[in-house]
Amino acid sequence: MARIALDSLRHSYLPNPQQDADWAVQKLSLEWSDGGAYALLGPSGCGKTTLLNLISGLLKPTEGRILFDDRDVTLATPEQRNIAQVFQFPVIYDTMTVYNNLAFPLRNRGVAEVEVDRRVREIAAMLDLDQMLEKRASGLTADGKQKISLGRGLVRSDVNVIMFDEPLTVIDPHLKWVLRSKLKELHRHTRRTMIYVTHDQTEALTFADQVVVMNQGTVVQIGTPVDLFERPRHTFVGHFIGSPGMNVLPCEVRGGQAMVAGAPIETANAKACRGDGARLELGVRPEFVSFALEGLPVRIGKVLDAGRFRIVETRYADQVIKLLLPEGLPVPEGEVRLRFDAAHTRVYRDGWMVGA
Amino acid sequence: MSLELRNVAKRVGKDVHIHETNLVLREGAFNILLGTTLSGKTTLMQLMAGIERPTSGEIWFRGRNVTGVRVQKRNVSMVYQQFINYPNLTVRENIASPLRVAGLPRAEIETRVHKIAELLRLTPMLDRRPSELSGGQQQRTAIARALVKDADLVLLDEPLANLDYKLREELRDELPKLFADRQCTVVYATTEPSEALLFGGYTATMHEGRITQFGPTPDIYRRPPDLLTAKVFSDPPINTAKVSKKGGEVSLGDKIKWRAIGAAATIPDGDYAVAIRPHYITPSAAGENAVAIDCRVLVTELSGSESVIHFDLGGQTWVSQSHGIHPFEVGSSARLYVDVGQCLYFGADGASVGSVGGSA
Repeated sequence: MARIALDSLRHSYLPNPQQDADWAVQKLSLEWSDGGAYALLGPSGCGKTTLLNLISGLLKPTEGRILFDDRDVTLATPEQRNIAQVFQFPVIYDTMTVYNNLAFPLRNRGVAEVEVDRRVREIAAMLDLDQMLEKRASGLTADGKQKISLGRGLVRSDVNVIMFDEPLTVIDPHLKWVLRSKLKELHRHTRRTMIYVTHDQTEALTFADQVVVMNQGTVVQIGTPVDLFERPRHTFVGHFIGSPGMNVLPCEVRGGQAMVAGAPIETANAKACRGDGARLELGVRPEFVSFALEGLPVRIGKVLDAGRFRIVETRYADQVIKLLLPEGLPVPEGEVRLRFDAAHTRVYRDGWMVGA
Repeated sequence: MSLELRNVAKRVGKDVHIHETNLVLREGAFNILLGTTLSGKTTLMQLMAGIERPTSGEIWFRGRNVTGVRVQKRNVSMVYQQFINYPNLTVRENIASPLRVAGLPRAEIETRVHKIAELLRLTPMLDRRPSELSGGQQQRTAIARALVKDADLVLLDEPLANLDYKLREELRDELPKLFADRQCTVVYATTEPSEALLFGGYTATMHEGRITQFGPTPDIYRRPPDLLTAKVFSDPPINTAKVSKKGGEVSLGDKIKWRAIGAAATIPDGDYAVAIRPHYITPSAAGENAVAIDCRVLVTELSGSESVIHFDLGGQTWVSQSHGIHPFEVGSSARLYVDVGQCLYFGADGASVGSVGGSA
């Protein structure tokens, strides 16, 4: 296992990158401690897979260094880096038994059969595969096959890091719960350094101690799931994390007071805001908006039933403001007003949180 | 009514892919097929479209028996999970292709393509090829092609499954708007209960080649007529256990007991299955119907705004989903509270018993 450090890493697929847009991954430094659970989260094309490939050694960075503990591995091959990877689609040998599939990465490295047997049985027990070790992999269901893939990633005890690239994307929702909690349990059990790449916020937030959110090649925030939810540093994080995402409304700030379409709104940070022609926006998550006797007057629009709660779309001037209403509470009628929780309402300047 | 399946079944050799099914879809309604992979959603859609022929039974469309009428002879559109476009045609030509085949005049094609492209925000991409588009734009193109010809029946087979989470949210928002002023009947297949809920409309829950229930989506969710339907329509999985009612009391094992209220109030004494959705189990007591349960924590998933706690309750794994961050130690014992007023009860045959208030 290893501590991983990325030092001023930057990558472009072009021979002579000139402008910002030429970089698939913008300059980035971070450190991941040994045994932690990390996630890279972002939409397709944000650079997360490029970053993963840089760490695994499938790509050589244009600039910067990668360190495993204090060893510079920037130019090392994937084999030399000693990494296990689990991919979106199960990579297994259909004709082999479950046992031989799990044993493969160990035998490949010349591990003694006694040790192979011990490791395979240990991993199989953790993944509830121990009753089907002699079965052929071809007869298994999709989640059964993905369990084997996870098992093959986890079976070696000598790897520096285990990387998961969208491992649950092809799995049905009700099985995702099972595999996700399994993976969580395995991390707790083995304390390996794990890096999980996904576009699915739920997977990233529930798996990782720390999440790296990327957009257009740039890391927009690194933080704990609570940080990302309660203190999004960029409107992109507010939008991308949360379902529905943060309300982002154009605003003005006059004398330290935020105004949305002429109405004053209390915020946590407007006092620290200098206007000087920048684009100003107010960000507040639907979770921190509620119906109230006083506040912003709105009209009720579409109401969506999400089961546990309803998503209520309201309108103020030409702005849409969403809020969540718990199951069982009525949607108010007539003159309706909204209150924003000031501690969780913030001004963003050109996308970035003011005073962060 | 628009589409009707009368005793439709599909067998391949000895395997039953679709058990005898009766289903009536209303004209212009948004219908959802909800079920896991391999529950029969795709087969059922192929039967509806005329791509597959039923082994027995009849398919009627707008009062006409269309069993055996080939898909080409019917005004049907289908969108698949994989984005299917012609790689060497531009977006404009891709969208126009069904109209060209139908032999529409050039000007008419042009008008329709522009209208649908505008609706699906594809106007700036009309002259690009699919390979130059993002996944979301490729799937938008496929959807535009399906909508451009004004089909009577539009079948969408997990069209958003291969898209990013956030894109899925956006398109989910847009889709119902696209059909709002059309007369077509829409059938949408998904594996995700949350997606079915947000679309609303009508839902058919599917399990192993059968439709377990069909009705207005919120009703099927809040008042599932049987246990199987409750399980299909729950994410995270609904918690179930055996309970018995005696006198005015319901007991789960010998330690957990509660007053027979809600659906339990009117049912006769006896053994039942209880089902309770994860969000009715919380770390703090809410309301007068909260009953404490002591359990062992197996896994905690903290998402930044809510906690999902997997726990062991007398040998069964249950799940609690609650607001806020509740970092229970794995392996520790915990006290959680069940809102027993929200419990659903099912008899030995799996059918729902007792009346469920189920306010929205």
